[in-house]
Amino acid sequence: MHKYIIKRLLMLIPVIIGVTFIVFFILNLSPGDPAAMILGDQATAEALAMKREELGLNDPMLVRYAHYMGGLLHGDMGVSYKNSISVWGQVVDRFPNTAILAVAAILVALLIGIPTGIISAKKQYSAMDNISMVLALIGVSMPVFWLGLLMVILFALKLGWLPSQGMGVGLGPMLKSLILPAITLGTSSAAVITRMTRSSMLEVIRQDYISTARAKGVDERTVTYRHMLKNALIPIITAVGLQFSHLLGGAMLTETVFSWPGLGRLMVDSIKSKDIPMVLGCVIFLAVMFTVVNLIVDIIYAFVDPRIKSLYRRGK
Amino acid sequence: MNKKTDTPAAGKKQRSLWQEAWRRFKKNKIAMVGLVFLLILIVIAISTQVIDLATHNQFYLSHVVKQNLKDRLQPPSAAHPFGLDEFGRDMLLRMLWGVRYSLFMGTLAIVVSCIIGGVLGAISGYYGKQIDNVIMRFMDILLAIPSMLLAIAIVAAFGTSLTNVLLAIAISYIPTFARTVRASVLTVKDQEFIEAARAIGCNDATIILQYILPNAMAPIIVQGTLGIAGAILSIAGLSFLGLGIQPPTPEWGAMLSNARTYIRDAWHVTVIPGLGIMLTILALNLMGDGLRDALDPRLKN
Repeated sequence: MHKYIIKRLLMLIPVIIGVTFIVFFILNLSPGDPAAMILGDQATAEALAMKREELGLNDPMLVRYAHYMGGLLHGDMGVSYKNSISVWGQVVDRFPNTAILAVAAILVALLIGIPTGIISAKKQYSAMDNISMVLALIGVSMPVFWLGLLMVILFALKLGWLPSQGMGVGLGPMLKSLILPAITLGTSSAAVITRMTRSSMLEVIRQDYISTARAKGVDERTVTYRHMLKNALIPIITAVGLQFSHLLGGAMLTETVFSWPGLGRLMVDSIKSKDIPMVLGCVIFLAVMFTVVNLIVDIIYAFVDPRIKSLYRRGK
Repeated sequence: MNKKTDTPAAGKKQRSLWQEAWRRFKKNKIAMVGLVFLLILIVIAISTQVIDLATHNQFYLSHVVKQNLKDRLQPPSAAHPFGLDEFGRDMLLRMLWGVRYSLFMGTLAIVVSCIIGGVLGAISGYYGKQIDNVIMRFMDILLAIPSMLLAIAIVAAFGTSLTNVLLAIAISYIPTFARTVRASVLTVKDQEFIEAARAIGCNDATIILQYILPNAMAPIIVQGTLGIAGAILSIAGLSFLGLGIQPPTPEWGAMLSNARTYIRDAWHVTVIPGLGIMLTILALNLMGDGLRDALDPRLKN
């Protein structure tokens, strides 16, 4: 098991290098002179040339990339063009807010998705199943930002139950302001997880060992959770892992709708002010986070499914 | 599995794979609803384009983008079934004119990535070895960047324009198609009819295009339909963030972005464009699911 984790961690390195290089490359193709952006219109040609040299803009792309990555290892992502503050500081400052939102959304998705999927599978083609399948289909088809706006109209403006903008200070107000964004961001994932849980449960529900378990008098609860769900869990975990990618994109939109002070909004604001180092920092940080999350999901497989675990034990 | 090995069933008229799939698809009422809705959208999209061409954009300029501030934010009424927007423009017309942006741009982005991804996947699967390794590792890396982040990076670097948004979405879908096509190629490339084609002297390009790709069409079509749904959502999302299509173009995501400001005063400017996006995506999802069941009955649950 340790061997497997170490092997996967080593495999992470080329992926991270590839991802960061692509992002770095794309954002460095951006037209416009960073030196001119920092110094403003009045700068002399000499000052611009000096600034360019100082920023290392005269070096070849690969050298600049190596510098950037070297800095990244020390928690240095350069400074913002806009106000010369440290990009790393800003990213680290904002990231926890996005993480809170993402984790809350995944919780919403799991708490809705798995029970609904189980009930749907156990009562296939019942009214309950049909209704939840229709709702799941609507859930995956709804643009996340529109759902957010509808939530704002209903729960914040019409009913006045919950705040619609910003993040509350202190635990209570923070949680209260988290409810609408978390439901908004979690809904489409909940729909995907519902569908996946249902189809995965249906795969195992007619297996012989389920009949055996029932025949020997195991009560229905235990059959459902220990015999069915446990065996149906692998595709569900895959679906949850894939949802993280959607969550990152969705978080940007959700944060914009609810003025949630996370990385997504920082990124969108930075694009509008053409603050390339800030965008680069955010994108690279999120992309690395995403690959790490994928790794964690892969490792969870091994813990959930003894069959996979024994495969690794045998040194594969 | 493939049409080259079909044998006529006794006493039954022989049908091709596609006729057989269409017969199954027709039986699926929900999928047909999706198809009909999409056909209506296509007709709307083409009609608005024709009207623009016939009137040299005069109708578009005078009815779809021209502002009429004194009647702004009027709720739906008999004269304006969808109401008026924040600049007093008819929402129904703007919704109709917006169809083509979502539908055509989503489709175009997927067609582009399908061609590029398909070629890469076919080469990768057919030749194998080193080429396969290089291409697929590159695809893995591309896949490791969440599509919205890649789109953001491209738009941030090159600015907000229709082409850049298209490019961004197209690139982010390339790995999906490369993988799909590669998997299909791998399943058929060692079968006998490929060997036969090689024996009668077909070159690699002919074998790939005429013998292998037709066998990979089913998963590509299913992926493509669902991909268009995803692409439309991404385009609308980018426009909503102000990074995609810019106002006054009546793109649905951009309309929602504007509507946000008036969310307290008028619900209809927020509800209607989102409903349009949702119904389009829903139709594509219904059709995609139906196509999957029709083209590959083994997957049906």
